[in-house]
Formats: sequence, structure tokens, C-alpha cells
Amino acid sequence: MAGEIYRKPITLALMATVAILVGSIVTMAYPMLRADMHPKLETLRPFTPLQLAGRDIYQREGCVGCHTQTIRPLASEVARYGDYSKAGEFAYDHPFLWGSKRTGPDLAREGGLRPDGWHYQHYANPQQMAAKSNMPSYGWLKGRPLDPVEVAAHLNALGMVHPELKADPAAVKAALAGKDELDALVAYTQQLGHAVQRRQGGSANLDLENPLARDTQAIVAGKKLFTENCAACHGDEAQGTDGVAPSLIDDVFLGAKGDLPDGAYFAMIDGGSDAKPIAGRTGDPGGGMDAYGKTGQLKKDEIWSIIAWLRNQKGHEAAEGHDMPEAEKKP
Amino acid sequence: MNDYRYDNRTVQGFILSAIAWGVVGILVGLLISIQLWAPAANFAPYLTYGRLRPVHTNGLAFGLGAGVIFGLSYYIVMRLSGRPLVFPRLARVQLWIFNVAIAAAAVSLMMGYTQSNEYAELEWPLDIGVVILWVMFAVNVFATISKRKDEQMYVSLWYIIATVVAIAVLYVVNNLSIPAGWMKSYHLFAGVNSANVEWWYGHNAVGFLFTTPFLAMFFYFMPKALNLPLYSHRLSILAFWSLVFGYLWTGAHHLVYTPLPDWLQTLGIVFTLFLIAPSWSSVINGYYTVGADWSKMKTNYLTKFFIMAITFYGLQTVQGPTQGLRVVSQLIHYTDWVPGHVHMGTMGWVTLTACASIYYVIPKINGTAIYSERIANIHFWLVMVGQLLFSVTMWITGIQQGAMWKATNADGTLKYTFVETLTKNYPYWHTRTLAGIIFTAGMLFFVYNVLMTIRQGRARAAASPAAA
Ligand code: HEC
Ligand code: HEC
Ligand code: HEM
Repeated sequence: MAGEIYRKPITLALMATVAILVGSIVTMAYPMLRADMHPKLETLRPFTPLQLAGRDIYQREGCVGCHTQTIRPLASEVARYGDYSKAGEFAYDHPFLWGSKRTGPDLAREGGLRPDGWHYQHYANPQQMAAKSNMPSYGWLKGRPLDPVEVAAHLNALGMVHPELKADPAAVKAALAGKDELDALVAYTQQLGHAVQRRQGGSANLDLENPLARDTQAIVAGKKLFTENCAACHGDEAQGTDGVAPSLIDDVFLGAKGDLPDGAYFAMIDGGSDAKPIAGRTGDPGGGMDAYGKTGQLKKDEIWSIIAWLRNQKGHEAAEGHDMPEAEKKP
Repeated sequence: MNDYRYDNRTVQGFILSAIAWGVVGILVGLLISIQLWAPAANFAPYLTYGRLRPVHTNGLAFGLGAGVIFGLSYYIVMRLSGRPLVFPRLARVQLWIFNVAIAAAAVSLMMGYTQSNEYAELEWPLDIGVVILWVMFAVNVFATISKRKDEQMYVSLWYIIATVVAIAVLYVVNNLSIPAGWMKSYHLFAGVNSANVEWWYGHNAVGFLFTTPFLAMFFYFMPKALNLPLYSHRLSILAFWSLVFGYLWTGAHHLVYTPLPDWLQTLGIVFTLFLIAPSWSSVINGYYTVGADWSKMKTNYLTKFFIMAITFYGLQTVQGPTQGLRVVSQLIHYTDWVPGHVHMGTMGWVTLTACASIYYVIPKINGTAIYSERIANIHFWLVMVGQLLFSVTMWITGIQQGAMWKATNADGTLKYTFVETLTKNYPYWHTRTLAGIIFTAGMLFFVYNVLMTIRQGRARAAASPAAA
């Protein structure tokens, strides 16, 4: 009897179909009926027209072939990229862009990790930011116009399943006015992972004192470390670069007047923009400062050496009268 | 003997088209392998790594893979049914549409039209083309098998039937999307659900595009070419049903440690381990078939192709389930280990099986012998060295990458920056390009041998007009 099916092609085809459907139903179709396949975090915001245009470019350029967008709950991965990915972060992702290969780093928490200016420079010439990078240059996106009609059509297609994405062409046109493809890609990059805090604040202590303060050897070492790690954004003399990173030798710290003690410097260099709540200031809402200590790029004494040099530098600059804020000159 | 009634021209048309797309796909593979260590080799916008990687994968999966599947399945179906195709004109039209579709696919991917889902990149108008092609294929396969002479269907026909129905279900479901323009659409499914559907499809594309049709070829052409009977019919039954049942559960092993619900991941991993059963049933069946007369290794040049092909299938199907385990996935997922694994399957199992089958078919339908066994041997050794060098270097660099990503100091901080881990790949990526050049050289010997065999057949037919 069992041998019969090998004589009847249609019966065999039907039986094969049944065999195929069992696993498909249990692991693919049935889960769709469950709530745990459709989670959405309260903090998740829908794409703006510019961000969606950027996402379309991310798809078009196949960035997914080199970059993942999902952080696994492994200690080393959380240390490198930030808090692990949550199911509820991807409700607007049609399709998911988690990827399968990390030729480049994961981008799930890229938003706010670096300033806009950094991304413009990096996309134009990745090797300028990381000499050994193999990422292709995307400078050619600059000046390429966005088509508001097309972007509106895309929003409205997604609007069929997410009504909050529906948009009228005039509003889309206004939102895209003066923007090019590179602007869109940066806008998309900067919202990646926005629904979740990259890192938990931790327990930094603003009262920490610099064990290497005024140590001449440390100051020399700090200067070297600063040139290697920080100057690209903060400038050779820590004077800051417009639109990229603030000056570290003025009287403004994280956007507010008034310097803070060494402990705050340590917290910022160790924990990056995520440490801002500890410093008690908002700084640049876009964020952009990497966690050099927490990601293992700098050791504790290296951070202290840099701070020693910064303090020393600050003294120099003050003596030469550069960038002296009024408040400091008076007394 | 009148072979013409078997629609040999259509079979040969598919084979030659597949070979042509294979050469294109492999050359694109070489180019992207260079771009990974020489970013200056990106030529924006059409020839950048991001756009070309899917041209490579689709070109080989659908150009080489599907082309060979159409051509050789028709050959097998006709022979095992003892009659020509029921709709020969339909098959001719299918051949033309196939070539137009693959050309359009390559161009559209270079233009950046993509759905971004691996092996399902093609945008919706092309998807419709693929579905039409598949329906044409299904009609001819089922019609011809239904009118066969032998009562009993040989195992190769089961595999072809399973391929036809499985690919139809997989392709249609995963390509459900919301059209947003002429060449733009969004996956109907979002986030976690989108990931789950895509890898249900993605893993089974491996199962039903790179496995079942090639098992059909292996178990038809290997006994034919070596003139040995299949070792065990029972093992075939076991392998067939456990594969067809088990494969569909396993997609989640591509999503280990992602936000996909844990129970789905675990289920996927368990069935992944189970897949060793069907795979090794086929491997054992293959070995024991040749085992009836190992002297064939010396006397028949095709024996080594088939034996190494099934060996790589066996290694692949041990490596695969191992990779599914959480501890292993942790280390090697997202690294270069994966291309190392993939290419043992595609270059070792798929391409070797296809080449061996073509070496059998082309002389047969051209009424001649192979042009040169010596060239076939050179081809064999070059692709063997190229493939092993490729896979082994990628395994090493993958483990190194995974280990460096995970390395932490005592206080929990990381030992290496990302760029430090990237820099360590370069020597291995150079070696991979070298391996690719060796493999490509081997494949060019193959192409030459096939073309010369056809020419030799033509010359022979012209010399004895009676045969024409
Ligand atoms: C060939 C592989 C490759 C491709 C394609 C690629 N990248 Fe990259 N990307 C890298 C590598 C390697 C790095 C790390 C070195 C660097 O910073 O350039 C990187 C870094 C980045 C970073 C900075 C990450 C950080 O350190 O904070 C961003 C953002 C980024 N890529 C976005 C993109 C986007 C968007 C695309 C598509 C337009 C893209 N990449 C295409 C390989 C690639
Ligand atoms: C990718 C560019 C970039 C690099 C490289 C960089 N920073 Fe920053 N840094 C920033 C940005 C942007 C801010 C403002 C962050 C915010 O407000 O969230 C910042 C803020 C800071 C602050 C807070 C001070 C203030 O006035 O806001 C300190 C201190 C600091 N950086 C030190 C360093 C040190 C030390 C290094 C090298 C180890 C470094 N940075 C490397 C971009 C960078
Ligand atoms: C000259 C020979 C070849 C070279 C140089 C080559 C090179 C490459 C490269 C560089 C990648 C991208 C790897 C990465 O993401 O880091 C890749 C991926 C891939 N190749 Fe090839 N390849 C070759 C032959 C083949 C053949 C013959 C096939 C199939 C028949 C094939 C199928 C694939 C597939 C399916 C992938 C995707 C793997 C994944 O998703 O991780 N390749 N190849």
C-alpha cells in the first residue's frame, strides 16, 4: 500500500505538500497570529518622510550586505554596541534589516552615537575616518535630489498597514525641501535605535579626582592619545570643530555655561553621550560622543592622562587669552 | 536510436544559458571579493559592493542554479518517463523568458531595485516573471510524468516533484508585499515577523533550490554514469520524507539571539539537528552505491566528481546543524565563517554535481564522447583547490573575527575596536580572491570542454549525414 504513492505523481505531490505545510504552519503561519510577533515599544516613532527616504536609500545601496541592525544579548556585544535589540523596536521595518553579515559594525544603536557632521564626512570618504575601512564612498549621494511624489507614494503604501504614516504630498514636499539623498541617509542613520536608551547610565562619580593631575609624563601621553583618538572631531588643540564636536577648553560644558570637575570629563569620555544624565546636562540633543572607556578603546589611566593634558591645555589657552569667556576674565 | 524526440535542444539550451550566467555570476563574485580589500574597486552607483553582492548570489542561485535545474530536470523527467515533454513549445518559450528574466534581474539589481531580503531581492514585476516560469516548469513536469511508461517513479522524480511544490509555496508567501511603485515594494510583514518569514524562505531556498533538485541529479546521473545500481531504495524513502518534512521547521537557526521569540529559536535549532538524518541517509546511499565497485575511481573520470560532491554535501550537513547550536552561533554568526560554509555547499556540492551531470548529458545528446578527459581532470583539481582554499581561509578568519569581537578584559571592557578586528581579515580576503581565481580558471576549462564536445558532436553528425 505504502508503495502505491510512488506510482501516483499527484498523490505524491499532495503528500509532499502536506509534509511541507506542517512545519510551515507551526513555525511561520501560526506565530503570525500571536501577539509576540507584533510588538511595538511606546517610545518607537514612525519614520518621517526624510527618514523613510533615507531608509529607501539604505535598501537601494545594499548596506544590509555589510551591516547588521540587531544586537545580541551577549555581554561583549552589549559592551560594544549598547543595549541589546528589543522585538518592539522594529514595528515599522518592512522588511526587517537585521542582515546576516558584519563586514562593518552593527548599526542598531548608531543613532546619536556620532554627530551629523561626522556622518557627512564618513559617507563622503570612509577612509578619512578609519584609514583601513573597506566601506565604499557614498559622497555621490550629495546633491542628488529627492522626489517628493515618490516618497509620498512610499509613505502611503506603508500607510495601508500603518495609518500614522499616511502623508499628503504637500507636507512631504515641505519636509524634503532643500534636502538631498545624503541628508536623507544621515537622517535615517541618526534615528536608528531611538526607541531604546543605548546604555544604562551606570554609576559615575562626579567627585572623582584625577590621580594623574599635573603629572608631566601623563600630560605628554595624554596629548598623544588625544591626537590619535579625539582630534579628528575636537580639533588638534581641543578647540572644537564647528558642527562636529565642541571645544574642550572653553567654559562651556555640554552646551551650558560653567565648567565641570574632572569627574564629569571622565564620565563623558568613559561613557560617551549616554553619560550626560550623570553630568546633569543635555548637551547636543543629537549626541555624538562615543563611550571610549566602556567600549574598551581607552583604559582608565589613559582617560586620566587625556584629562591631565586637557587641563594643562586649558591653562595655556587661558594664558594666551584665546577663547576666554567673559565670565572667566573678570576675576 | 533517435534522441531528437527527447527535446534535447531545449535541455542543451538551458544548460548553455546556465553556464553563461554561471560565468557572469562567478566573475561578479571575483569582483566583490576584490572590493572587500580594495574599496577603490567600487564604481558608483552601479558597481558598488552593496549592489553587486545580490547580483552575485542571484546570478548563481537563479541563473546557474535554476537554469541547470530546468534543463537537467527535463532531461531526467523525459528519460524516466520514456517520452518527450508533453509541451515542447512551452519549454522553448520558457527558455527564452528565463534568459530575459535573468538579464533583467541582474540589471535591476545593479540599478538598486531590491526588496533587501536575501535570495528574495528581486522586485515584484520580476517576481511575477519568476512565478510564470515556475508554472511553465510545473506544467511540463507533471504532464510528462503523468504520461510516463514505467509505473514506478524513481527517487529522482520524487525530488523534482517536491522541488516544484515547495519552491512555489515558499516563493509566493515570502514575496507578498505592498507595491509602492513600479519597481518598489515593502514586505507585507514587519520586524520580527518579517524576519521569521524571510528565513523560513531563505533556509528552504537552500533546501529546495540547492538540495532536492541536486539530489535528483545525483541519484539519477551518478548510477547512470558509473553504471552501478542504487544501493538502497529504503534509504531513499527515509531520506526523502524526513527531508521534506524536517526542512521547513529550521529557518530560525538563522535568527539565533535575535529578538525572535525564544521558543521559535529553540524549535528551529532542534529540527536543525534532526536534519542530519535525511542528509546522511543520502550520503550513505551515495557512498555505498559507488562502494559496490571502488575501481570506478580509476576507470571512470566522473566518479571523483560525484564522490567529492556527496562528500561536501555530507560535510555541509554536519557543519550546518553544528552552526545552529547557540554556543557555536554566538561565535561564528555574522562572521566570514558563513561565506566559508556557503561556498563549500555551492562550489563543492552544487557546482560539482551540476558539472558532473553536464559532462554526462552533453556527450550523450550530441552523440559523441567527452572532448577531453584530461581537461575534465584539470577542471576537477582546480575547482577543488580553489574551493578548499576559499572555505578553509574563511573558516579561520571567521573564528578569529568572532573571538576578537567577544574578547573582553577583566573589568568587562572590550579588548579590540571594530576596525582592529576588520584589519585582521585582509590577508585572508586576499587569499580568498586568489582562491576565486583558481576556481574560475577551473570553470573556464569546464566551459571549454563542454563547448568543444558540442562542436565535436556537430562535426561527427555532419560527417555521417545518416545520423542527422
Ligand atoms: C563593503 C562593506 C560595507 C558597505 C557596503 C557599507 N559599509 Fe558602512 N562600514 C563598513 C565598515 C568596515 C565600517 C567600519 C569602518 C568605518 O568606520 O568606515 C563601516 C562603518 C559605517 C558606519 C559608522 C559606524 C560607526 O563606527 O559608528 C556607518 C554609519 C555606516 N557604515 C553606514 C553605512 C551605510 C548607510 C551604507 C550603505 C549606504 C554602508 N555603511 C555600506 C563597511 C561597509
Ligand atoms: C566622532 C567625533 C568625536 C570624537 C572622535 C570624540 N568626541 Fe568628544 N564629543 C563629540 C561630540 C559630538 C560631543 C558632544 C556630545 C553631546 O553633547 O552629547 C562630545 C563631547 C565631549 C566632551 C564633553 C565636553 C563638552 O563640552 O560637551 C568631552 C570631555 C569629550 N567629548 C572628550 C573627548 C575625548 C577625550 C575624545 C578622545 C578620546 C573625544 N571626545 C573624541 C564628538 C567626538
Ligand atoms: C569565483 C568564485 C566565487 C567567488 C570569488 C565568490 C565570492 C563571494 C563573496 C565575496 C561573497 C560575499 C561574502 C560576504 O558577505 O562576506 C559571496 C557570497 C555568496 N556566494 Fe559566492 N563566490 C564564488 C562562487 C560562488 C558560487 C559558484 C556560488 C553558487 C553556486 C556562490 C554563492 C554564493 C552565495 C549563496 C552567497 C551568499 C552567502 C551569505 O549569505 O552569507 N558563490 N561569494
